[in-house]
Amino acid sequence: MPIKHANLKLTRLTDAVPTWAGEIAVENLPEICRQVRDGGGRLVALWGSDARKLSGGFMLHVTLINETGLVCLHVPLPETHPHYPDIACIFPAAARMQRATYDLLGMHAEEAADHRKWLRHGAWHSGSFPLRKDFDAAASRTDEAEDYPFVQVEGQGVHEIAVGPVHAGIIEPGHFRFSVIGERVLRLEERFGYTHKGIEKRFERMSLRQGAKLAGRVSGDSTVAYAWAYAMAAESIAGITPPDRALWLRALLLERERIANHLGDLGYLGSDVALAFGFTQFWILKEQVLRTNAALFGHRYLMDSIMPGGVAVDVTAEAKRVIAGECELLEREAATLRGIYEEHAGVQDRYIGAGRIEPKLAAQLGLCGMAGRASAQAWDARVQFACAPYDKLDVRMATYRNGDVAARVIVRFDELFESLRLIRQILVNLIHEEEATPALEKLPPNGFGIGLVEGWRGEVMVAIHTDAQGNLARVHPHDPSWQNWPVLEHAIIDNIVPDFPLINKSFNLSYSGQDL
Amino acid sequence: MYQIFRQILKTGIKSETPPQGDESLRLLAQCLQQDILDVFGGALAIRMVDAGSCNGCELEIHAVNNAYYNLEGLGIKFVASPRHADLLLVTGPVSRHMEVALKRTYDAVPEPKLVVAIGECACDGGIFCAAEAGENYASCGKVANVIPVDVAVPGCPPAPTAILQGILTAIRTAK
Repeated sequence: MPIKHANLKLTRLTDAVPTWAGEIAVENLPEICRQVRDGGGRLVALWGSDARKLSGGFMLHVTLINETGLVCLHVPLPETHPHYPDIACIFPAAARMQRATYDLLGMHAEEAADHRKWLRHGAWHSGSFPLRKDFDAAASRTDEAEDYPFVQVEGQGVHEIAVGPVHAGIIEPGHFRFSVIGERVLRLEERFGYTHKGIEKRFERMSLRQGAKLAGRVSGDSTVAYAWAYAMAAESIAGITPPDRALWLRALLLERERIANHLGDLGYLGSDVALAFGFTQFWILKEQVLRTNAALFGHRYLMDSIMPGGVAVDVTAEAKRVIAGECELLEREAATLRGIYEEHAGVQDRYIGAGRIEPKLAAQLGLCGMAGRASAQAWDARVQFACAPYDKLDVRMATYRNGDVAARVIVRFDELFESLRLIRQILVNLIHEEEATPALEKLPPNGFGIGLVEGWRGEVMVAIHTDAQGNLARVHPHDPSWQNWPVLEHAIIDNIVPDFPLINKSFNLSYSGQDL
Repeated sequence: MYQIFRQILKTGIKSETPPQGDESLRLLAQCLQQDILDVFGGALAIRMVDAGSCNGCELEIHAVNNAYYNLEGLGIKFVASPRHADLLLVTGPVSRHMEVALKRTYDAVPEPKLVVAIGECACDGGIFCAAEAGENYASCGKVANVIPVDVAVPGCPPAPTAILQGILTAIRTAK
């Protein structure tokens, strides 16, 4: 049992990662959160649901993680004026999740320091809430953009630089407000929600199969991680375990996704410090991986290859040879390039010390995933909560303490080589079976399940709630970017404006994944 | 420095001829350059706008810039401002929150201008939009609902060659 509390009764879910769930009264929420934090635990996600049909009120869901596993707390709230005590004072990462939960469901975090809207920019009226079941889209529509009060920095010589939502590069839209003195950044404030396209509402009319497709498009660069997390949540509700071969294949796809993204980022981290050579080289390697994906799995980014119940792809003996050969090539080339990056004085001069997040601050703010590991936050779901097949793989976690751009580059290199090692092991274990995987088409009624997958960026979580007919009542995909974006605001402090693109890229966070 | 030169030499030239088959290809590259020359005076400047996509199409637009596709060799490059651009590449179902920004970006592009919608969602709203009313509270659907579109390239996401073809087709249309 991960948490002990007099008023908390937890039940173990049949989940691939150790997960417990239980209902608690709203007044006990802060105490339990504090207890988890003091024990070294973190907040994974916070979301709400409209349970008025079922229980006559709303429900707040808070997923916490500690060394034993995941704990999902269900907190019933009243129908009129649903409110709960602020937990952002315990887990700072909760602040934006609470604001989003208000925008979408009208559930109010009392005494929170920040009550500004987050996902609502003015496309729908304040006082109407899209994720409530009785939401009327036509009646709630408005075309008036509302003002957003940014925090003002005052003083002699301070001025503001506003960037976005349309950025100068090929990037997703978002707004950055810098307060600077000369070149030095005093403060950065982020404003997101521009790519909010109602993903969570869309899930509610979808079949389990269609939902898998949509989950794979929450954040296009992490399609495997999301599709697996979605499938894991569904399989948990159905109480089934996919065949071994399907799990090995999923791990193969996930590691290939990690490799492709790390290669791309390492290329951009070269061109962001004016080493165009780095971009050219790494993107040649990335293109080769993508082409192999297309040839072997039918999609350059591996979309729609994981389905609840199993996988939609297969690997032949010939494909295994191709993949093994590619691993060899990548290992050789990446090792050469790593040497060049590390010995390049100009590159290292820009990397070392830029955008530093000390381990203490990282822990306090809940920095997670790849960026977290570069600041000594030793969490990797493939290690601590190794679900099959990772329980047979013995993943080596890459962690560093420096927390700067240099550390995030080194973690990427380490993870790239580790993924190549894992793929070789996976290929050995991937035995050909003629048996097709039985697809999961329908879920049991009134179910709840969680999937947690260590994507290349960090832990991706998907929660599924089913209704009395077994349809998708609520699906909440959670991106690690929720945790890490606020930390970027700290990373840039005292750095110069021209280093922002580099520091930002070293985190490479998702907009679509958190805007939903 | 020696290491860098050695690696460059070892890598060699990866650039491929632009999309479509064999011999016709070389011809195509020359035609394309002639078209760009005729319409835009020698070079095509592209401004990319993500109007609400999942980031999948962006990955492929990044890939178009890799050595295999030799974009700049054709006289095409991505620029940082709509005011420097001849062509807008737009992705995503247009979210309600990006509607104004997209319109303003379009207005900022000087005439003559072209718009190429990239990806399934930019073409018809894709998986994020349903036919039934009431589900699209946050989305305007396809790009053509918001700004005039010259060419729409389907695919989820479209491969770099398809994106290149879309750009090429738009230039032909403009001629």
